[in-house]
Amino acid sequence: MTANRLPAQPGEYIDRSKPISFTWNGEPIQGFEGDTIASALTANGVRVVARSMKYHRPRGYLTNDFWDPNSFVQVGDDPNVRSAHRLAEANMAVEAQNVWPSLERDIRAANGLVSRFLTAGFYYKTFIKPQRLWPAYAKVLSTFAPGGTVDLDTPHRYHDKRYAHPDVVVAGGGPAGMAAALAAADEGASVMLVEHGHQLGGHLLWGDVNDRMLADELRSRVESHDGIEVLLDSTVTGRYDDNWTAIVQRSHPIAVERLIKARAKMLVVAAGLIERPYVFAGNDKPGVMTSGAVRRFVNMYAARPGTRAVVFTSNDDGDAAAEDLARVGIELARVVDARTGGNIVAAKGGAKSVEGVELADGSTVDCDLLVTAVGWTAPTSLLNMSGDRPVYDELAARFFPSRDIDTVLTTGGMAGDGSHEELVAHATATGRLAAGRAAVTTHRLQAATARAAAVSGAEPAWPSDDRSALPRHPQRELFRSTTHGIVDYSEDVGSKDLVAAAKEGYDSVELLKRYTTATMGPSQGKLETVNTVAVLAEARGETIEEVGTTVWRPPYAPITLGALGGRVFEPVRVSSIQPWHEANGVTTILAGQWIRPEHYGDPAAEVRNTRENVGITDVTPLGKLDLQGPDVPKLLSQLYTNKWMKLGVGNVRYGIMCAEDGVVLDDGVTGRLGDEHYLMTTTSSGAGAIWEWAENWLQTEHPEWQVHVTPVTTGFTSINVAGPKSRELVSRLVDDVDLSPEAFAYMQVRTGTVAGVPNCFMWRIGFTGELSFELHVPSGHGLHVWESLLEAGADLGVKAFGLEAQRIMRLEKGHFIVGQDTDGLTKAPSTGMGALIKLDKDDFAGKPELEWALQDQSLPHVVAIQTTDPRIVPEEASQIVRAGTNEILGRITSSRMSPTLNRSICLGQVAPEVAAAGSELTVVLTTGERITARVMEHHAHFDPEGERLRG
Amino acid sequence: MLLVPCPNCGPRNASDLRYVGEAGPRPDPNTATEAEWRSYLYIEDNPAGLLRETWYCRAGCRRYFVAERDTTSNEFVNSPLPGNKIGGKA
Repeated sequence: MTANRLPAQPGEYIDRSKPISFTWNGEPIQGFEGDTIASALTANGVRVVARSMKYHRPRGYLTNDFWDPNSFVQVGDDPNVRSAHRLAEANMAVEAQNVWPSLERDIRAANGLVSRFLTAGFYYKTFIKPQRLWPAYAKVLSTFAPGGTVDLDTPHRYHDKRYAHPDVVVAGGGPAGMAAALAAADEGASVMLVEHGHQLGGHLLWGDVNDRMLADELRSRVESHDGIEVLLDSTVTGRYDDNWTAIVQRSHPIAVERLIKARAKMLVVAAGLIERPYVFAGNDKPGVMTSGAVRRFVNMYAARPGTRAVVFTSNDDGDAAAEDLARVGIELARVVDARTGGNIVAAKGGAKSVEGVELADGSTVDCDLLVTAVGWTAPTSLLNMSGDRPVYDELAARFFPSRDIDTVLTTGGMAGDGSHEELVAHATATGRLAAGRAAVTTHRLQAATARAAAVSGAEPAWPSDDRSALPRHPQRELFRSTTHGIVDYSEDVGSKDLVAAAKEGYDSVELLKRYTTATMGPSQGKLETVNTVAVLAEARGETIEEVGTTVWRPPYAPITLGALGGRVFEPVRVSSIQPWHEANGVTTILAGQWIRPEHYGDPAAEVRNTRENVGITDVTPLGKLDLQGPDVPKLLSQLYTNKWMKLGVGNVRYGIMCAEDGVVLDDGVTGRLGDEHYLMTTTSSGAGAIWEWAENWLQTEHPEWQVHVTPVTTGFTSINVAGPKSRELVSRLVDDVDLSPEAFAYMQVRTGTVAGVPNCFMWRIGFTGELSFELHVPSGHGLHVWESLLEAGADLGVKAFGLEAQRIMRLEKGHFIVGQDTDGLTKAPSTGMGALIKLDKDDFAGKPELEWALQDQSLPHVVAIQTTDPRIVPEEASQIVRAGTNEILGRITSSRMSPTLNRSICLGQVAPEVAAAGSELTVVLTTGERITARVMEHHAHFDPEGERLRG
Repeated sequence: MLLVPCPNCGPRNASDLRYVGEAGPRPDPNTATEAEWRSYLYIEDNPAGLLRETWYCRAGCRRYFVAERDTTSNEFVNSPLPGNKIGGKA
């Protein structure tokens, strides 16, 4: 089976002492450790590895590297694996993808027969009408979509994220990248050297003995240097403002993939060059390869890519490929030299292999391997992302950086050509320059953080760039032969398609790209952009420079969604009572950052018990801001719409806060604990924002006010004790506060000792509408107080209730929830709380808007609503419409079945014309059915006079 | 991601801060016309060039401060210590 494995090669990366086997479409494949899937398949004589996207033409390896457009395979449950990059592993199950029923007999290859109908824009033109059939079209077309199979049952695997702050990130681990990294590290910089492949060395890896010696020398120095962190099988995939670089690390010991966000003081781009395929008839037949592809097969993996070769060369690399082939005994049928006028016109043969090549001189040479070496594409993506627009140089037939960027330097093949010595010298100077500039940036960063650390010494001078430019080797401009062929292998776009599209008027490169999808496949232009531009330039009769290129955007190499999602660093919060909740059958709900008890099995029973006996609920996430200082009343007056200057010690007041546009921001109660000491409560979700809001007023508009705001939300465990027996229960645990209704009335606050815990705040407030005491207990004692309440109240029938029961009870009482019953447009007068807007105050947030809103008769109203049929609970967000029409008059914002009233109850927002008590409403259910409902007189469906609350 | 120069904490990732908006004075709420107030709420100058804007260092010192940024280069040219009276928009 491994007849195509060559004898040991001097620079091979396979370990012949470690044979492995895996399967390819179920057939056994023998390889060695160090093989890529591609090299093992090739050594086993496999030539066809994929079918093309549109025409399903058989395809073999073209470039034999990460960017090979024909290399995508399925490995187990992992789709779209790049087989010329992924290393082979024992027992892998590798399969061809996008083939049906099999790679050998793919019936959709019939697409190729009708290819003249599948030209650019085919889908746009064909499936546009009639529009109602589009869903049917989409269904059929999706079966033609390329790509592997996603297994929805794949277990979740670990993806990681890391933040790094290196002085210098070097993108590319070839000779230039290594030399730059060494020079920078020698200057004391911390360096991250990021290499796309599995080994350091770049193009030296598949070179001759001199190349390998240089690679070995640089590599051993890099590996023993403490200042360099080497990341293999990793790619700098994006560069953003201030050198924020995204690095995707594919090989990681424990993570499937890791995303590194590195803030590099300097970025050195040494991404090398990518060999460009040649456009000619039959250029996608299996057996047509770039010179780099065959040199990697032969020199790195000792895999024989063919038996009889024609080499079309225009440069040293093509010549070297011919030498390599001859050395290992592959018959060289012909070397066609472009530098002396030679050219190839068409690859001949069947669909599954090249069998010969027609030359420009009219002759045809038999071969099963056709090697092209026509020049290079500079992958300038990171420079584009840094703001550069690289310029085309006809002499070297490729793009070069157009200008210097202070924090981004280029070296290696993207900067020019030259001998090993010249390249290493340029890269070394680049690394030194990068280290010098990084040192300046370090100094500036420290100086800018002067309060945190003293800066030592004066700022070093900004090193100027005095590197001598690398020479540029002449390269003939070889993009397309006299025939038409494939330009974008991933997308199956040919030069003929591009010419036709240009004739149709899509003759700007950005339009052409989108219309034909050229450069939009998985290779993302690395192989095909310049050929696309060249074909367009020819069609327009212009130069490449005049046509221009498309802009390279991130990501340079793909990142899995797993890595982007990665680890979530956001913590979740739980109250100190969480262990009790978990031990008592809680169902939790995630609310913002908090995990809260939703219920303990039967929320309706929890409601009934609270209304009949007494219930306790954990409301720890309730926002709590400790306010101290002589000017607290001024701050409260500024934040709330109502008045606060005369709140007595021990008293509590409710208020609404609005933003400067008059929209309700938050609501809650604030109590006065002492002369200059207040405690503000906010909604659970508003806790963070209201703190920032208060600070905004104190820091920007009124820095003269003396107020200190301390968030204490998590410093206290908050427990609401509610129900007719709540006073009895609390009194059993409190000795130092008189709890009688006369001494401790509704809307008052006291400080006392609960179950032996001093310094607890007790509030007579409540969302549930029952007599209730809200206890704020220093959080270390929260669980103790909770358990003491349950123990002390066992004979009273005390039971815990969750968020759902609390929400039902608040809806029974008609209390609106900011953000649920109000939205981003709801101004305070809509909530029915207009009386709390005190326009005679000199100033408060949103005052002018609220003044205008109070006069505005068109604002919607928040109202209580009951359905005519008490059994129907309309889903929240059900629309309220004008009877007999679809004209929207409002919507249901909250709805529940009330266990207390045994009927459906709602809150909603409605237009003013139907807001009056008794107005009849038409509610559209999610089923489409329409029902009738009625606007109630009071917001509260239950105990509108609040007698229970004040008891 | 931008590095924002907090005058207290030094340069920090923009995600450590909250962008508040263009800095400008708050009109007198008792005399402002609708046009003036709504311009304060909604209208931004959005110049190509130097822009004064308010940031809140939410993951650091928790101070509001005004920084001056060149919107064409994303370069910060000035970020004085907080304490000056600046716009109260949020």
